Amino acid sequence: MKITEETVSHVARLARLAMPDSEKALLAPQLSDILDYAETLQRVDLTGVEPTSHPFQQTNVLRDDVVRDSLPRDAALMNAPDSEAGQVRVPAVLEGGSEA
Amino acid sequence: MTLHSLKDMIASIRSGETSPSDWVNESLDAIERYDGALKSFLTVTAEEARDHAKKQQLTNESGPLFGIPYALKDNMITKGIRTTAASRILENYIPPYDGTVAQKLRQSGGILVGKTNMDEFAMGSSTETSAFQKTANPYGANYVPGGSSGGSAAAVAAGLVPFALGSDTGGSIRQPAAFCGCFGIKPTYGRVSRYGLIAFASSLDQIGPFTRSAEDAAIVLNAICGYDPMDSTSAKLPAEQQVDFTAGIDAGVKGIRIGIVRNLPEEGLQPAVKAAVDGAVRALQGAGAEVVEVELPHMEYAVATYYLIAPAEASSNLARFDGVRYGRRAEASGVIDMFERSRSEGFGMEVKRRIIIGTYALSSGYYDAYYKRAQQMRTKIRQDYEQAFASCDVILMPTAPTTAFQFGEKADNPLQMYLNDIYTIPANLAGIPGASVPCGFSDGLPIGLQILAKPFDEHSILRVAHAYEQLRTFTWQAPVLGVAR
Repeated sequence: MKITEETVSHVARLARLAMPDSEKALLAPQLSDILDYAETLQRVDLTGVEPTSHPFQQTNVLRDDVVRDSLPRDAALMNAPDSEAGQVRVPAVLEGGSEA
Repeated sequence: MTLHSLKDMIASIRSGETSPSDWVNESLDAIERYDGALKSFLTVTAEEARDHAKKQQLTNESGPLFGIPYALKDNMITKGIRTTAASRILENYIPPYDGTVAQKLRQSGGILVGKTNMDEFAMGSSTETSAFQKTANPYGANYVPGGSSGGSAAAVAAGLVPFALGSDTGGSIRQPAAFCGCFGIKPTYGRVSRYGLIAFASSLDQIGPFTRSAEDAAIVLNAICGYDPMDSTSAKLPAEQQVDFTAGIDAGVKGIRIGIVRNLPEEGLQPAVKAAVDGAVRALQGAGAEVVEVELPHMEYAVATYYLIAPAEASSNLARFDGVRYGRRAEASGVIDMFERSRSEGFGMEVKRRIIIGTYALSSGYYDAYYKRAQQMRTKIRQDYEQAFASCDVILMPTAPTTAFQFGEKADNPLQMYLNDIYTIPANLAGIPGASVPCGFSDGLPIGLQILAKPFDEHSILRVAHAYEQLRTFTWQAPVLGVAR
């Protein structure tokens, strides 16, 4: 699988990473190598094999719907880069957000 | 300065011969003396630790780890103490609450002396991807300590703390334990709560201890294991699987069936590593263990499987680092631009590489060919182990194909770095427990013997490891950076 710099650009956009051309040039051949190696999985017939998402069978864990203490608001906001009136503040969502 | 086992330290404090302050001061002195060269700690909580020890002496507090200094890998959050996951994006993050392991160790009387260096977000096998510093191997200043929990392994092996916690997603406890010459165990998936562990790949991550013996690890496991309603993947176990991990540890290996793997992939396996592991198997056989051959036919596909599943999960887990609620925020006029720039400035190259691989493997058109196929192979690998354990109690193999490599040796070739994880990755894919115990030296560098067992059978691992430590058929070497032992 040949990964081009255009593919890296596309995936970086999906992952919300701004990526300089120098990094794309570095990553493209490395990702090609890694995905070539992943091709070895095609050698085995896996038709009908159930996928494993967790090592052991797990089911949803539910708790009773009762009110309990949660993290206080000031503690939750302590690490926010910008906040106002008990809420996180972010730059304008509409301006510059044409692809949102 | 001499080294003591965790067990002896506990006994000494209980008898009143020594105090918590004695041990905390000794640990901080060792850090002061050796960590300038070793660089295993990102944060040392000297003042808090000294105060904690003094306070303990004034109260009637007790607990199984009363007065014992320890360290946490810097991806386990600690209330009021900077926690970075060795990433620029969390450089100034001060958690507002404690993770479960930090809480449990506090309740057990343990005293935190600091947070240890690691590969950024635990992505790496050498601790070189840390955004802040490179940690040296205690057995050679030019050698990596392994990774991703390299700081915890180096700190324990160098005698700076009697135990430290690490996390293991594809070998990140066992491989650095092997490289640094200490004991490290990844418990069964679900044994230890991950509440407050900064997530890398949630279906693989597990927390476990580094110690200088199997018995000391059993003591730490007693303190950190158990069901936690705050981690929905933590296991609710029947009583017989929750017994004391130190119980029966000295039962010896008579009657134990050791599985060795027929056609183990040996590409890149150093002859000295192979010889040391074979020697350990013979020693255990001589002590009464039975040796049987087992097959793990899909093991050669484990690395490819892992390097699709782990990055896919990581790309999802790391979506939360967007500069909104915590972490680094880049200056930008719009919110999308702010996300992209914050992440680009905050993440290092290895983290970006894995996010890109994972996003690609999950993206429309490639999902079936990569991610789903990897999950199907994971089923095959899991079933291999189920079948193998039908005829044995433990499986032995090398922890890593080589001893520690030098700084920069593999840093430019990510695929070569990934292939180094061949022996450790399958245990995470299958969810089974695994440990690394020192089994020799080659050119002054430690070699690790890996011991694997059935889900929730850490007891067999600890019993075999403890028996092997008593048999030790090689000459122990002291680290060049650290307290002699």
